[in-house]
Amino acid sequence: MTDHNSSTDLTPRAGANLPERFSDPGHAPHKLRRADVDPAANKRAERQVVFLFALSVIGTIGFLVAYVMVPPGETVASMRLSNLLLGLGLFLGMFGIGAAAVHWAKTLMNDRERTEERHTLISSEETRNAAVQELKDGVEDSGIARRGVLKGAMVSALALAPLSIAVPLIGEVGEDWDISKFKHTIWRKGTRLASDPSGRPIRAAEVTMGSAFHVIPEDLDEQEHPLDEKAKAIVLMVRMDPRDLKEAPDREGWSYEGIVAYSKVCTHVGCPVALYEQQTHHLLCPCHQSTFDLADGARVVFGPANRPLPQLPITIDDEGYLVAQSDFHEPIGPSYWERLK
Amino acid sequence: MKALAARRHHRSAPVVLLLLALLVTGGLYAALAPSPAGAAEASESDIEVGSDLFAANCATCHGMNAEGTQDAPSLIGVGAASVDFQVGTGRMPMENNGPQALAKPPQFDDDQVAALAAYVASLGPGPEIPTQEQVDPAQGDPANGMQLFRTNCAMCHNAVGAGGALSEGKFAPALWDSSPKVIYEAMVTGPQAMPVFNNANITPEEKRDIISYVTAQREGSPGGAQLGSLGPVTEGLWAWIVGIGLLIACSVWIGAKSS
Repeated sequence: MTDHNSSTDLTPRAGANLPERFSDPGHAPHKLRRADVDPAANKRAERQVVFLFALSVIGTIGFLVAYVMVPPGETVASMRLSNLLLGLGLFLGMFGIGAAAVHWAKTLMNDRERTEERHTLISSEETRNAAVQELKDGVEDSGIARRGVLKGAMVSALALAPLSIAVPLIGEVGEDWDISKFKHTIWRKGTRLASDPSGRPIRAAEVTMGSAFHVIPEDLDEQEHPLDEKAKAIVLMVRMDPRDLKEAPDREGWSYEGIVAYSKVCTHVGCPVALYEQQTHHLLCPCHQSTFDLADGARVVFGPANRPLPQLPITIDDEGYLVAQSDFHEPIGPSYWERLK
Repeated sequence: MKALAARRHHRSAPVVLLLLALLVTGGLYAALAPSPAGAAEASESDIEVGSDLFAANCATCHGMNAEGTQDAPSLIGVGAASVDFQVGTGRMPMENNGPQALAKPPQFDDDQVAALAAYVASLGPGPEIPTQEQVDPAQGDPANGMQLFRTNCAMCHNAVGAGGALSEGKFAPALWDSSPKVIYEAMVTGPQAMPVFNNANITPEEKRDIISYVTAQREGSPGGAQLGSLGPVTEGLWAWIVGIGLLIACSVWIGAKSS
């Protein structure tokens, strides 16, 4: 056994004469504080406590003076000054009392160590037996073991009662459970593209080279829930040199003279992607730095997003206004639709 | 008058009258027409001075006739506003090649900037330098400006204009020190990575609202220190390191035995 040097081996080795139980060593010898032995230190500690209380008094008076003499006023600067003085006064008033109390207790009050014996938490054997017997008697008295129907009725009532709370609570989460609406937006054939937030429809001629327009559907305000619809339908529209634009064969005709429109909702977790760099045509998401190349079908060039932003097919109407050709051809926003398939 | 009355029915009377009417209208228009918005009309000599300055300082990159080269874009049609922005804030001439031209103390004085702007504006029509009235924050509506700023600007420039990072070393600068004129010029010309916000996208009145909102943010927040207005990063740093640090220090003090 002695050549066995595993650290988990608890077998006593050299000192085989360890006691069976350790006895309580009791308190360490009490050490006197400076304030206990030196009257000067005692006086000094007292003065410090008085100083801290005085600080609190000054703080409270300062607070009251600031409250009366320095009203918040109308300007930002006067509000700042007022807040600063009130805060400082309040801090001194409260912290002074707390610090004084702690310092008083630590330096001047008795600091003798004391032991308070605790009785064991467990009840005595006969108390526990009596309690169990009471329960048994109760069950016997109710006759629940014999009366099966009664037992069933009680269990049913108890089990059903919480439903009156649970059903309304769960039923109102998310208002309704029709998730198909997340797949569509209010863009449809002929909806004019309008400026956010003014709602002015946009002519193709107004979208000059290098421009970025934040776009909403023109009929947004007529919707029942305009903000809900806006959250899905927001679009960023930019114009670039048509020679810079790479278009997939199945998306030819979705742009107009170098004007392209993409959903502004990030395909990662749905932040509004709107940091457009007009020279690189890159669109950056402020939340997790997903970067999309608007010149190349909003391809993901960096970051955690894993599919391009959905493109809104656009064209112009008879009056030269930009209009949508249809809704987006895929759901906008985070890419969890694939997982539902 | 008799002579006039007698010739009323002369064959050439309508023609003479028409010519007279045209002359009067033209004369009145010339006298009363509002002068075009923007800086004072550039004189020939301004353009000449600008042309010389351009050849000496800008032509190496932008080409002798501002037609652009491999290294720098053409400046034909960028307008006076673009020159006033780029040269007036010291971004041009560019110090060195980098992700983005940085603002620095301008290399030219106001007259030279004006001359350069006049020269470049003479090459092709483009955005003009705004008038004092167009950019006066006092005349704008900061509440409407906030809506527009939130939609169009806040994603890059931060909700109160404290600036922010872009990709590959580029960044949207803070707007604390930008003059109203410079903010207007940036919107209308779209310098560097910034997109253009022309007057159809954001009307001149709306631009003034935005300027009004941006300048109103400079007074700071009534709530106390803004910590750079950068949001949860600086605020978290203070709360977690300074705030919690102080709480821990207090706990240690309370728990320690007095000597």
